[in-house]
Amino acid sequence: MTPAAARLVAAHGAQVAAAHAAAHAVTSALGETAGERAFPYLTTLVLVPLGAALVVLVLPRRQHLLIRLTGFAASLGVLGIAAAVLDQFQAGYGGYQMVSSHPWFGAVGISWSLGVDGISLFLVMLSALLFPIAFVGGSERANPKVFTVWMLLLETACLGSFLSLDVMLFFLFFEASLVPVYFIIAGWGHEERGSAATKFFVYTFLGSAFLLVGIITLAVFHQSQTGVLTFDVRQLASTHLSGPAGIALFLAFTVAFAVKAPIFPFHTWSPSAYREAPVAGSVILAGIMAKLGTYGVIRFDLGLFPHATVTLAPLLLSLGAAGIIYGAIVAAVQRDLKRLVAFSSLAHLGFIVVGAFALTGESVSGAVLQMANHGLYTAALFFLIAMIYRRRGTFDVRRLRGLQRAAPIMAAVFILVVMASIGVPGLNGFVGEFLILAGTFLTHRWWAVVAVIGVVLAAVYLLWAYQQVFHGPQDPSEERPFAEMTWREGAVLAPLLILIVFLGVWPKPVLDRITPSVDALLTQVDRSAHPVVPLAGQPVGATSTSAARGHGGTVAAQTAALGAAATSSAGATGSRQVLRPHGGTAARRSS
Amino acid sequence: MRSAVPGLAGAQIHSVLSLLHPHLLAASTITLPAVDYTTILPELILLGGSLVLLLVSSVTTRQLPTETYAAATIGLGTASLIVSLFLWRDITARGPLSAIANSVDIDGFAVLFLVLSSCLVIVGALAAAGYLRREGIGGCEYYVLICVSAGGAMLMASANDLILIFLGLEILSIPLYVMSGMDQRREGSGEAAMKYLVLGAFSSAIFVYGIALIYGATGSTNLAEIAAFLAHNVILHNGVLLGGMGLLLVGFSFKVAAVPFHFWAPDVYVGAPTPATGFMAAIAKVGAFAALLRVFVSSLPTLRSDWQPVVWVIAVLTLSLGAIVAVAQRNVKRMLAYSSINHAGFILLGLQAATTRGVAGSLYYVFTYALLVVGSFAVVAIVGGRGDQGHDLSNYRGLARRQPVLATTFAVLLLAQAGAPFTTGFFAKLYVLEAAIDNHSYALAVIAMVSAAVAAFFYLRVVLTMFGAPETAGEEAVEHLSVLVPQPAGPAPLLADSVTLGSGAVATMTMSETRAALVADPRGTDDLGPTPLARLGVSPWVATALLCTAGATVLFGVWPQELVDFAHQATLLF
Repeated sequence: MTPAAARLVAAHGAQVAAAHAAAHAVTSALGETAGERAFPYLTTLVLVPLGAALVVLVLPRRQHLLIRLTGFAASLGVLGIAAAVLDQFQAGYGGYQMVSSHPWFGAVGISWSLGVDGISLFLVMLSALLFPIAFVGGSERANPKVFTVWMLLLETACLGSFLSLDVMLFFLFFEASLVPVYFIIAGWGHEERGSAATKFFVYTFLGSAFLLVGIITLAVFHQSQTGVLTFDVRQLASTHLSGPAGIALFLAFTVAFAVKAPIFPFHTWSPSAYREAPVAGSVILAGIMAKLGTYGVIRFDLGLFPHATVTLAPLLLSLGAAGIIYGAIVAAVQRDLKRLVAFSSLAHLGFIVVGAFALTGESVSGAVLQMANHGLYTAALFFLIAMIYRRRGTFDVRRLRGLQRAAPIMAAVFILVVMASIGVPGLNGFVGEFLILAGTFLTHRWWAVVAVIGVVLAAVYLLWAYQQVFHGPQDPSEERPFAEMTWREGAVLAPLLILIVFLGVWPKPVLDRITPSVDALLTQVDRSAHPVVPLAGQPVGATSTSAARGHGGTVAAQTAALGAAATSSAGATGSRQVLRPHGGTAARRSS
Repeated sequence: MRSAVPGLAGAQIHSVLSLLHPHLLAASTITLPAVDYTTILPELILLGGSLVLLLVSSVTTRQLPTETYAAATIGLGTASLIVSLFLWRDITARGPLSAIANSVDIDGFAVLFLVLSSCLVIVGALAAAGYLRREGIGGCEYYVLICVSAGGAMLMASANDLILIFLGLEILSIPLYVMSGMDQRREGSGEAAMKYLVLGAFSSAIFVYGIALIYGATGSTNLAEIAAFLAHNVILHNGVLLGGMGLLLVGFSFKVAAVPFHFWAPDVYVGAPTPATGFMAAIAKVGAFAALLRVFVSSLPTLRSDWQPVVWVIAVLTLSLGAIVAVAQRNVKRMLAYSSINHAGFILLGLQAATTRGVAGSLYYVFTYALLVVGSFAVVAIVGGRGDQGHDLSNYRGLARRQPVLATTFAVLLLAQAGAPFTTGFFAKLYVLEAAIDNHSYALAVIAMVSAAVAAFFYLRVVLTMFGAPETAGEEAVEHLSVLVPQPAGPAPLLADSVTLGSGAVATMTMSETRAALVADPRGTDDLGPTPLARLGVSPWVATALLCTAGATVLFGVWPQELVDFAHQATLLF
């Protein structure tokens, strides 16, 4: 080794050591400010399913009941811990809470950093809720042991993704979620499961390839600016990026999230994956994993690349709107119930994307809320479709008729869920969609107009499907009786239905927790995208207050101008009031 | 090295030269350098041990069982591993050693490869024992070849002189030629050996010519002296130097099977006995990458701007061709051959970056890859069945049901190769990517990751085949079953129970599929010949090898810190 190279090496070593020390100091400091609690709720939340998976692995494989009970109990335990997290969560605080940071893989800069804020809280709750339900509603008869293990590992991966504050840790969980889903589809799916599973894996993996390169690039930029190699999202947010670099990184991240969500036109894997997956798989895929994509968009695209977000918002808004229309039109011609729900999901995720990139307090809060809402009613829809399949052995709309006579309760539940999905007032779908549309209308009127068309189309295809399946005379050639919902099936759907109605009637407690975080995020976006240069002779405090009050910058100006029109319509429904005026929040935070 | 002119001829040359130039007289007195044997102790253990093995096998009148030799080889490997770890302790305490006229360098970099080669000897012997017994290949030759080959790789890793690197390269390669031709019953094996030998000899010649040119340009074959010469002198017309460098690169590229010097690899990988393929794929890359990294990063760093673009092109070709061609393969062995080409591309990423981070990344990658590939081929050897022929994808159909643990292990190894999180494969890819991006090679990083996504497809195809239901066995198989099994009164529960459902994921068990699962896929049975796969046991030796490799994969995937620190420190002591 040459002396020059040796010096280089030594210098690098010293730098790395210094960087580790600094990274550790910063993360621990952040942990303290966010109020680290004695009990590591979040780490427990992530590790309980993993531990349960290991326990199930050593159980004798013929003890089906024991295995199922263990899986169910573990996921119930997770739900309990999640409830405790919800209880401990301080409404009104926009930052990360219950943060725990531990260096894990120092040489490459990865840390075990978990935290929860208003944006991730309800996704965590949704995951914690859907898994036990999926265990009851979708327990597979073939080889329950392996199925349970994969489901528990998947739960760990999903919770880990939502809770990670370290981008690389997020990526690890994000990627790790692929493997269980792949095996669940490939092992327990319907006819075309093999190709669907492979397509799903390869598409998502390809998207993630860009994400990984993007993450590393960002961390390397950050390291070259600060000397600290870290993947902590809170520190990476302060990286200075030139315009083109920011846009390139934004695109690298967005491609991965767009595939995962899916966002039009990266959705081509999703109909077959949703169609071929077993019911539990479909529920988790559409209910939770789709949210990994939209959550990634809101958390990382908006949080890390504010400048590029503002620049490219029209592009993403257009893709979202295109997804809404395209999803609705294609859903309208589907004959297969599961594919229909898959395309309607595409349309609903389009709404979430539009809301996220309209960049107003209402629309982003609406998008976050809509993520949870969509998870609830899509899961319910998939369970209902699975119940029909169990009785009739088909997903084909043309071969189902007049089920209402035989199963009126199921029909009633089905129409309730469909109504929630369409966005009928009083049910949860309405609140999210309304907030998204209202917020979008303020800043991006024409996209909102296009999105509204999607709402109408959703009513068309979902009601049409309901009519086909439940109304009309019973099929005379069909001799099998169609059984009404059993108690067990009712128990599966009950929590979902309760939440669908509850969130539709009284979303305030949820929005109270979402809005501060969304406001904090948007303030950050706005501050980075439109840096305020302090004017000479003006006191510093006044500058910052004015900057905060001008939250939304151009956005806020438009908000003020269009506010009157929006409030008059919004006020009538009552859901506008639950939103704290975000300018006020920001001003209070800065003073 | 230069002054060491052999005795008799030396005397004659001496008299001639002394007439020409008085200075040469002084130079020609032969002084042997002091040999510090501890620095080459691991090599000595393996090479000496293999000689003892040969002796023992020739003096024993009755042929000893193959396991005896395997145990002895494992003993040798362990001994060299322990010595290597002691060397590691030494150099962390006292800094790197340079010995035997500076031709051997024992630094962190070298010791990491010493440790790795020792591990490969152990795992390679474990993986081969079951195979050799099954195929009835007795004798100690296979184990002797493993030891010698690993000794060559160690020499390459610790060599600080181009001549010594060449020696190591030959010691590494010649046993590999023999190993690939060991299965005399198959034509493919002999063909592989012949191809490998001819092309290998050709590449060795190119390599030696490269050494000669470099010597001509810089006046030394010692790596440190070359680096010092280049650091202090500016060569105006450096065509000779660049030519030499290019030829060295070609020689190394051949050994690591980088595109466009990869043509031998698929045929040789397929033709060689399967455990030999695994060992060969690992040890050749270990030795060649060790020397490649040392020569280019530490000896020719001043020419970085010249060789980096070339390596860039080679890396891109290697990554993409390896991944794309592998997709088209139905023979799992051939598929793994192309996948190992793809891996070579990833390791080249670290070289292309030419930074400490890059070298550390490459080291880590080589380490994880070597263990993964030995493990993977050990599974392939088991599934191949007697005669080592059943390597078609169809032979893997329903493996999860027949041998769930084996299938799960293979799935772990393949997923790690694909770079799934929480395995060593992921961190290896992450590490080299960080290095590439740190070096602003964004395009290369993106190409690498896209190739990884393509690669994921063919790894998953194998996994899917193992865990999926048999596709071709339909009604026919069910009818077949009624002949084989007397129909009991209540067939459903009994049949379902009789199927082995293990810890692997198992496909939906509709009745017909369950029945079909009892009967192996007709095509697979033909390939297998007389021994049905279901009855093939896994020998405890191979099981240990798989446990080691798959265990290390997961263990270091969840706690990567130790191994990464090792790789990182190795480059610091470099």
